[in-house]
Amino acid sequence: MAATVNVSVTINGAERSASCEARKLLVHFIREDLGLTGTHWGCDTSNCGVCVVSMDGVPVKSCTVLAGMADGSSITTIEGLETADGLDPIQQGFIECHGLQCGFCTPGMMIAAKSLLDHNPNPTEAEIRDGLSGQLCRCTGYDNIIKAVQWAAAHQPESVQS
Amino acid sequence: MTITEVPTSAAGNPIGFGRMKRKEDVRFVRGKGRYIDDINLPNMLHAAILRSPHAHARIISIDTSRAEAHPKVHAVITGAVLETLGLAWMPTMSYDTQAVLATDKVRFHGQEVAFVIADDRYSARDALELIDVEYEVLEPVIDAQRALDAGAPVIRDEKEGKTDNHIFDWEAGDAAATDAAFASADVIVKQAMLYPRSHPAPMETCGTVADMNPLSGKLTLYSNTQAPHAHRTVYAMVAGLPEHLIQVIAPDIGGGFGNKVPIYPGYVCSIVGSIVTKRPVKWIEDRSENLMSTGFARDYHMKGEIAATKDGKILGLKVDVLADHGAFNATAQPTNYPAGFFHIFTGSYDYGAAHCKVTGVYTNKAPGGVAYACSFRITEAVYLVERIIDCLADELGIDPAELRMKNLLRPEQFPYTTPTGWEYDSGDYPRALRLAMEIAGYDELRAEQAEKRTRGELMGIGISFFTEGVGAGPRKHMDILGLGMADGCDLRIHPTGKAQIRLSVQSQGQGHETTFAQIVSHELGIPPEDIQVINGDTDNTPFGLGTYGSRSTPVSGAAASVVAQKVREKAKIIAATALECSVDDLVWELGRWFVKGDPDQGKTIQELALLAHSSLELPDGVEGHLDAQAVYNPPNLTYPFGAYICVVDVDPGTGHVKVRRFIAVDDCGPRINPTIVEGQIHGGLVDGIGMALMEVIAFDKEGNCLGGSYMDYLLPTPVEVPTFELGETVTPSPHHPLGVKGVGESATVGSPPAVVNAVIDALKPYGIRHADMPLTPAQVWMTMQGKTLRTDLAFED
Repeated sequence: MAATVNVSVTINGAERSASCEARKLLVHFIREDLGLTGTHWGCDTSNCGVCVVSMDGVPVKSCTVLAGMADGSSITTIEGLETADGLDPIQQGFIECHGLQCGFCTPGMMIAAKSLLDHNPNPTEAEIRDGLSGQLCRCTGYDNIIKAVQWAAAHQPESVQS
Repeated sequence: MTITEVPTSAAGNPIGFGRMKRKEDVRFVRGKGRYIDDINLPNMLHAAILRSPHAHARIISIDTSRAEAHPKVHAVITGAVLETLGLAWMPTMSYDTQAVLATDKVRFHGQEVAFVIADDRYSARDALELIDVEYEVLEPVIDAQRALDAGAPVIRDEKEGKTDNHIFDWEAGDAAATDAAFASADVIVKQAMLYPRSHPAPMETCGTVADMNPLSGKLTLYSNTQAPHAHRTVYAMVAGLPEHLIQVIAPDIGGGFGNKVPIYPGYVCSIVGSIVTKRPVKWIEDRSENLMSTGFARDYHMKGEIAATKDGKILGLKVDVLADHGAFNATAQPTNYPAGFFHIFTGSYDYGAAHCKVTGVYTNKAPGGVAYACSFRITEAVYLVERIIDCLADELGIDPAELRMKNLLRPEQFPYTTPTGWEYDSGDYPRALRLAMEIAGYDELRAEQAEKRTRGELMGIGISFFTEGVGAGPRKHMDILGLGMADGCDLRIHPTGKAQIRLSVQSQGQGHETTFAQIVSHELGIPPEDIQVINGDTDNTPFGLGTYGSRSTPVSGAAASVVAQKVREKAKIIAATALECSVDDLVWELGRWFVKGDPDQGKTIQELALLAHSSLELPDGVEGHLDAQAVYNPPNLTYPFGAYICVVDVDPGTGHVKVRRFIAVDDCGPRINPTIVEGQIHGGLVDGIGMALMEVIAFDKEGNCLGGSYMDYLLPTPVEVPTFELGETVTPSPHHPLGVKGVGESATVGSPPAVVNAVIDALKPYGIRHADMPLTPAQVWMTMQGKTLRTDLAFED
């Protein structure tokens, strides 16, 4: 049978390890082995972005990363955005601006948007569109997603504002 | 009727219509949605489907022995296995049959051949590689325009006596009157156009978890279906399962757009798999399977002709359509309408005569056709009329806005019966077009265009005006497989005044949990946060046909309004009893019955709910509690409409189209939650830009599907679309209890011709009148060189 690997990650601040097949995709590892179903599986070809998670601070498409490649890394998924202080501004922005409809693209969209804001706290509209160009949404037409990111940019905690 | 200010609840929500944040977002932004692939049952197995690598081939043999020997495989189901159960073929929603798993032949690339059930999804996929199928490859029918040629291979030769690929001929309108109108015309313009095959491609693919309890005989089927009740009944009819022992549960759905209306072979196989293995079976499509095998959209080859006087008065319209339905006629639409609602193709204009003829044909492609927010093919109809009107404007040298304004139906003509028999309920079309032109700054845009043309720059302005027909539909006219298109609604007010409403329709992102709470709030004055909306579970909701064709608010929304009004009337009796007055003395204000002339003497709906459950002695014949049921049978469709203007810039060096602006004026009657309505319009506009510029499912000569991944089937990302400019007019429907008309598909229906008209307008200096979608850089470039492409075929015929 297929070789197995042990994968240890820090996910949303918690240390987790599991053994899985060496060929297992990170998206399936997160969903099935770690039980975090907020990250979705959409296309297998890195086009849609519903599987995006943050790996060591970099947004990656977890359908094209092997679980074994994530060994030792620190991962943030949608479930890790909320803190004891409440929702992350990006989550609140999506609620305030109606940035989601069916919600299926939303987790990857928000992780990508948060990464954009981490690197560029005050993006222009063009920069937001460009920063989210690896994400597909079939419901919203993107208008309100752009507004949600702008809302989040305007409501960042003091410490991260430039 | 515009929305007036409504009071707000303690939580800050409008009590009734108004902007309100969505209730469902609380879970979605935390990753706590529960979609089909998130459902995991104890002892659950995983399935995968072996699919045909050929478009047309005879199956010589299938050997599953190596797959069955795989240590993690529990069962392999083939067509031969299903044949023993009488399930190798299933009826479609168009009274045809469709192979569940192929027995004799495969008829399209990607067709289902075998179903493997294993411990996990990777092992199931591994085992597909161990199934040996021997095929004798046959010549495929790929070009729909050759499907009826003498000597064309017969795709459905399993049907006794079938000697061709013809499915149906269907006509609407008056051919003789149309010919007479054409005979009196100064100008006749003809234009052939293809609405190519596209795909709804929701972000979440189709899937199911089937759980047959071997002891009770109860089947629990988790399925991301847009029509849970209709599916339950069809499973009962097809598989002979007792309907009271079938529970269909639709969880959160990651987008539908018509893709999740049909019953797919994978669902049936999952049920059989659960029966065979006595364990729950999960089957989830991957993206390629979704794009290659599930319900596609459009594929209409249309030849239009329009007749007019020389000063631009339209006299008649006719169209001859060749409809490519793929290998099985599986379109999901009201039974009496094999071409869906295409015969609404006369659109928004006033002219005497029209006629359409539609011929459906089989080809070696995936089945489907009615999907992708099409309102049962009104998408194709609007494209035809809006495109050919631009062709007529070009012929006559009249501005396309002026030509439309000259021919639009006038407000005083409503209700208006069209030449093909639709009764439009209400509208003020010129007002909507004027508003769109005002927002766009139409005259300034034309001036800018003229100036740019002198410098060789290609700027285009495209208009479309659409009339939708949604909310199917009146039982006397419309059914699907004999099931009338009415929808039920149950409302319960608990003793403390909190409410639960149960719907037959199923949200796929439309925000039902919010909108339907607002409808009940509007009728009863209960704050929307105190109203729980329940849908998606056939054991716990009333019967109805589901969410597609923009029918949730027109049909189920009316049912919600009616059921709440029933509760209000019952509350009135309880109020009269408690206040010791006559019901005739009571007056309603939001949330409260009070005595006429004595406003202090009254009871709130919450107080009345408690009284309804109390020991208060009620009049004879009045039952306690505060519940009601309703079934709404719509008297007519509702007819939303709108005026769209698109502005594009075309790069003369590359043929690349940039959508610079998009102005959308929609009239869907009063807006229950304007934020949700605007979101739906935004989404539809991107669909339209995608179809016009990027999206197509094409085939090569062997019948290979060339749109089988998101690398090949291109969808707009945030960088391909502009920020939208929306406008609104409000013309209530006279027959809907809330006046609302539905909006879910309006923008998808209305926007593609605006984009195409804009591109063709930009290319006017090249003397071009038409090019087929999608207007990719290659298509635009070739068009500029005088050689447009057949976008549906990747080969020269």
